[in-house]
Amino acid sequence: MNILRTSRIALRALARNKMRSFLTALGIIIGVGAVIAMVSLGEGAKKGVEERFNSLGTNLLNVFPGSRNVHGVHSGGGGWQSLKAEDAEVIATQCDAVKYVSPSANSRGQVIYANKNWNTSIQGTGARYPEVRNWEVESGTFFDETHVKAAAKVCVLGSEVKKSLFEDEDPLGKVIRVKKIPFRVLGVLKSKGEAGGFFNRDDIIVIPYTTVMKRLSGEDHINSIDIQAVSMERTVEAQRQIQEVLRIQHKIAPGAEDDFQVRNMSEIAEGAAQSTQILGILLGSIASISLLVGGIGIMNIMLVSVTERIREIGIRMAVGAREKDILLQFLTEAVVLSVLGGALGVAFGIGSSKLMKFIPIFAGWKTIVSPSAIALAFVFSASVGIFFGFYPARKASKLDPIDALRYE
Amino acid sequence: MAKKIIELQNLAKTYKVGDTEVQALRGISYSVDEGAFVAIMGPSGSGKSTLMNIIGCLDKPTSGNYILEGEDVSTFDKNTLARIRNRKIGFVFQTFNLLSRTSALENVELPLLYSNVHTKQRHEMALHALESVGLKNRAHHKTNQLSGGEQQRIAIARALLNNPALILADEPTGNLDSKTSSEIMDIFTKLNVEKGITMVMVTHELDIAAYARKRIHVRDGQIIRED
Repeated sequence: MNILRTSRIALRALARNKMRSFLTALGIIIGVGAVIAMVSLGEGAKKGVEERFNSLGTNLLNVFPGSRNVHGVHSGGGGWQSLKAEDAEVIATQCDAVKYVSPSANSRGQVIYANKNWNTSIQGTGARYPEVRNWEVESGTFFDETHVKAAAKVCVLGSEVKKSLFEDEDPLGKVIRVKKIPFRVLGVLKSKGEAGGFFNRDDIIVIPYTTVMKRLSGEDHINSIDIQAVSMERTVEAQRQIQEVLRIQHKIAPGAEDDFQVRNMSEIAEGAAQSTQILGILLGSIASISLLVGGIGIMNIMLVSVTERIREIGIRMAVGAREKDILLQFLTEAVVLSVLGGALGVAFGIGSSKLMKFIPIFAGWKTIVSPSAIALAFVFSASVGIFFGFYPARKASKLDPIDALRYE
Repeated sequence: MAKKIIELQNLAKTYKVGDTEVQALRGISYSVDEGAFVAIMGPSGSGKSTLMNIIGCLDKPTSGNYILEGEDVSTFDKNTLARIRNRKIGFVFQTFNLLSRTSALENVELPLLYSNVHTKQRHEMALHALESVGLKNRAHHKTNQLSGGEQQRIAIARALLNNPALILADEPTGNLDSKTSSEIMDIFTKLNVEKGITMVMVTHELDIAAYARKRIHVRDGQIIRED
């Protein structure tokens, strides 16, 4: 008895009970569909995070103040307020692996133009910010060193803020108010788009960091320093140079802990990608539980089916079916169910991944249907069929033909 | 003298029901010639069904030998017995035992599914067998659309399919009216006379047993009379 003939017998048997076969396969359809949809969601999140970090610039380094909670000796400054504008200057002049430096001082506030207002993030930066952050100016210009030195009341708008305050109007040269201080609009940044739905990076206005310190927050420290290394290869070298320079600048004794930290963007990107991957694995494993439940459904129905068809099994044995033939027949039925269910589930999974963006809460999420996830779910569903089909099939094949023929 | 197709040598069969042992057969020795038509008769519980199951290679004796066409099948394992049933024996049951919601043709084909016969040849053989029981025009009817007599004729066609040496009929007319019964028995007689197929039939109806050329009476696991 060959496989083709066995499959035909199995298909015929399944066709005799179409509704039941469909409901049995439904468990697998949903299981495989869920696995594919969840895995593609995880892949999408990972890809989104990667893209976001790439758009930030790959040679990017950040200097942050050291944590206040560290039980160490801080020779200068107040821990979390340890970064000063001079630090940025020192780095720019003394580290040769560093290309651009932009100090960063942040605030938040209401920006007002005419009768419209908008609450947004106020980013104080140096004149090299567009180069450091890999961010182009779409129209107008970015502010320059003279603006920074003078703590000028000028600003560059993120595309979201431009849209909210000006709509179709040309904002260049117009004056907006931030905390009652008038700022002249110099330019508009190119849209970076939403990244993975976390927050909107275009919802921002950029002004000189000196302006933030003197006119908005009144503080003498900066929040962080954005630095671009000369090249990807020299980021580690730049990191070391920055560390050395800042230890001298902050007068930290040898052996004492740093009161700042230098972070390499690619390390952060890697960490973030890893955590989204964990998210993906988590989603996938939860979904595969439903595949398991689907498999149990198959076993359940196959057991019922064997009991219901004891007479049929008896007849087949009487006319010469061997144990192997009966085993193969019922196993094939289970596998056909799960493979057909798996195929429909693949379609269902791809479909729901594509439809996900139309559901409001998933709207910002990317989904990427990966062929490997499809192959995996499909192979997994076939093995579920074999695994859960084996016990009922074996039970059928071990029946005694005399008892089976007499069974009412 | 005709060749012996069935030789039973001191067959015994003991069942265990709980703690007690039931002796269904107590030493049966008998032989059937090729081309014979034998009816096994006896009240229920006499052991005639057990005897039938052993002759049909569905069961094995506890002791004694069963030689079918020169082979001692009482020593064979389950899979070999399945092959013997497939090649040498055709079954006809009281309750027809056809697959429901399945066409007559597919039912008749069933034994060939378990021997390596090509699809096209299988159809031809099945149609030929249906023709010989006069049901070629019903080949594509589902079994539940057919009358009892027609169903039993399909069962006979199925039994004929592998050109068996032996047809075993277990109360073949038990579920049929007398007119249909005689039609079925006429088919059996024809097969026996024209094709020389050996027939062994279990029945408790005297008029049905009268179609056979030999009758053996079984009681308490032993043959008590032969006529």
